[in-house]
Amino acid sequence: MREVAIIGAGETKYGEHWDKSLRDLVVEAGLKAVEDANITADDVQAIFGGNMSAGSFVGQDHVGALIADFAGVADKKIPAMRIESACASGAAALHAGYMAIASGMYDIVLVGGVEKMTDLPGDMVTDILAGAADREWEVFLGATFPALAAMMARRYMHEFGMTKEQMALFPVIAHKHGALNPDAHFQREITVDAVLKAPMVADPLTIMNCSPVSDGSAAVVLTSADMARKYTDSPIKISASAFANEYISLHSRESLIRSVSTIEAGRKAYKMAKKEPKDIDLVEIHDAFSIIAIEGIEDLGFAKKGEAWKLAEEGQLNLDGSLPYNPSGGLKAKGHPVGATGVGQVVEIVKQLRNEAGKRQVDGAEVGLAHNVGGTMTSSIVHILEVM
Amino acid sequence: MVVPRFWRERRYRYSLIGTRCPVCGTVYFPPRNVCPKCGRESVGKMEEFQLSGKGEVYSYTVVHQNVLGYKYQKPYVMAIVQTPEGPRITGQIVDIDPEEVHIGMPVRAVFRRIAEDGKAGIIQYGYKFVKDE
Repeated sequence: MREVAIIGAGETKYGEHWDKSLRDLVVEAGLKAVEDANITADDVQAIFGGNMSAGSFVGQDHVGALIADFAGVADKKIPAMRIESACASGAAALHAGYMAIASGMYDIVLVGGVEKMTDLPGDMVTDILAGAADREWEVFLGATFPALAAMMARRYMHEFGMTKEQMALFPVIAHKHGALNPDAHFQREITVDAVLKAPMVADPLTIMNCSPVSDGSAAVVLTSADMARKYTDSPIKISASAFANEYISLHSRESLIRSVSTIEAGRKAYKMAKKEPKDIDLVEIHDAFSIIAIEGIEDLGFAKKGEAWKLAEEGQLNLDGSLPYNPSGGLKAKGHPVGATGVGQVVEIVKQLRNEAGKRQVDGAEVGLAHNVGGTMTSSIVHILEVM
Repeated sequence: MVVPRFWRERRYRYSLIGTRCPVCGTVYFPPRNVCPKCGRESVGKMEEFQLSGKGEVYSYTVVHQNVLGYKYQKPYVMAIVQTPEGPRITGQIVDIDPEEVHIGMPVRAVFRRIAEDGKAGIIQYGYKFVKDE
């Protein structure tokens, strides 16, 4: 297998883009990545597009072909495909792109992620997102996605005694960092009190424990590590791309307080990158719901089970702490255009490792980890990136 | 949605019938054609298994969202119920003040209307849970 590097990265602002369509968003991010990589569209040999549900959100399937067409490369006749793994679609597309380069089949690929979510009313968006769970045996009975996450949180709090106040520290930190990111959906700080007093979505989760519905797109250009310096002086190596799955429904799992797919993806990623949790300088953790971030931090080996909140309380998750957490603002504040999210996390890490992250720059960042999950931590994908 | 989508699941949803792997004895709900523990050895051998409908609350939440098809029920209690036979089951808990629900509370399954497909569509039935006195 060849080593793989990122030579270009770009993304749109995340948020409610009333003036932009699915294709507008993905082309904007893709062209930024291509320009950043100092290549032209002619150099791209394959396109992998992460997208959860354009067919439901905007009635558009065949997203790979659409991306290639409106990126202006229809005449090049290159392969272009959509990759889907619910909220982990973006990282799944990156995993596919990684395999395409590592295998030697292609030399330059474009990996994009996109979701256009705000063309529908909220109750329909909620129903489409619920498709990441088991439609027949969870959703049919009335479970929404926040309801499932809430049941994880309830059980976790029952077993470990974590309080709502402690859980609220995670969105507070995400917003503190998001306030420094000009591309974030929400660029303002919030307080623990605001999280607790926000409207209840599914007890114990208030709306401030849940990521927003966002439009957005992100893209990266990949090539092999040995070719990367031909295009850029600051390539970023993908030291690990690891993907694991488990039971789609919560009720089929042995436990609600840990994600065996995150544990497995983390284990594989650390082994592949020859790294340990202590080697990681910053993390982008999937915080679609506060409880998912909490379990993710623990399952990736950054805290003992039941104790992730202590890192938050001690300030370790701040930009100057021992584990800078979601410097982009995370899904909570940067936003969660589901198919774009996994690629967007990696775009943030590329910016951080190139020392281009502006006010939210983590000093001396050389190794970053991105954790993107689909469903109720059903699919977990971990990427480790480092400067080369 | 057309009728077969719901009709094909009627026995399992109306009567809480799951499956049991004869190789290792594990009971599953919803039904499975392959036992995750025994793999190919179980294929073609999985047996239908009648659950008792008894259980206790393993986790729960009170849903305050506007959910398609469930708006008229809000707020409603969703739970994961641990059955004595082994499987956990996701379902609503009804006929109770949400404040009264707690982890460990004994429940039993009842046959109820679940949702409606618009004003003229199919009325869908299945299981919910009530407190088991």
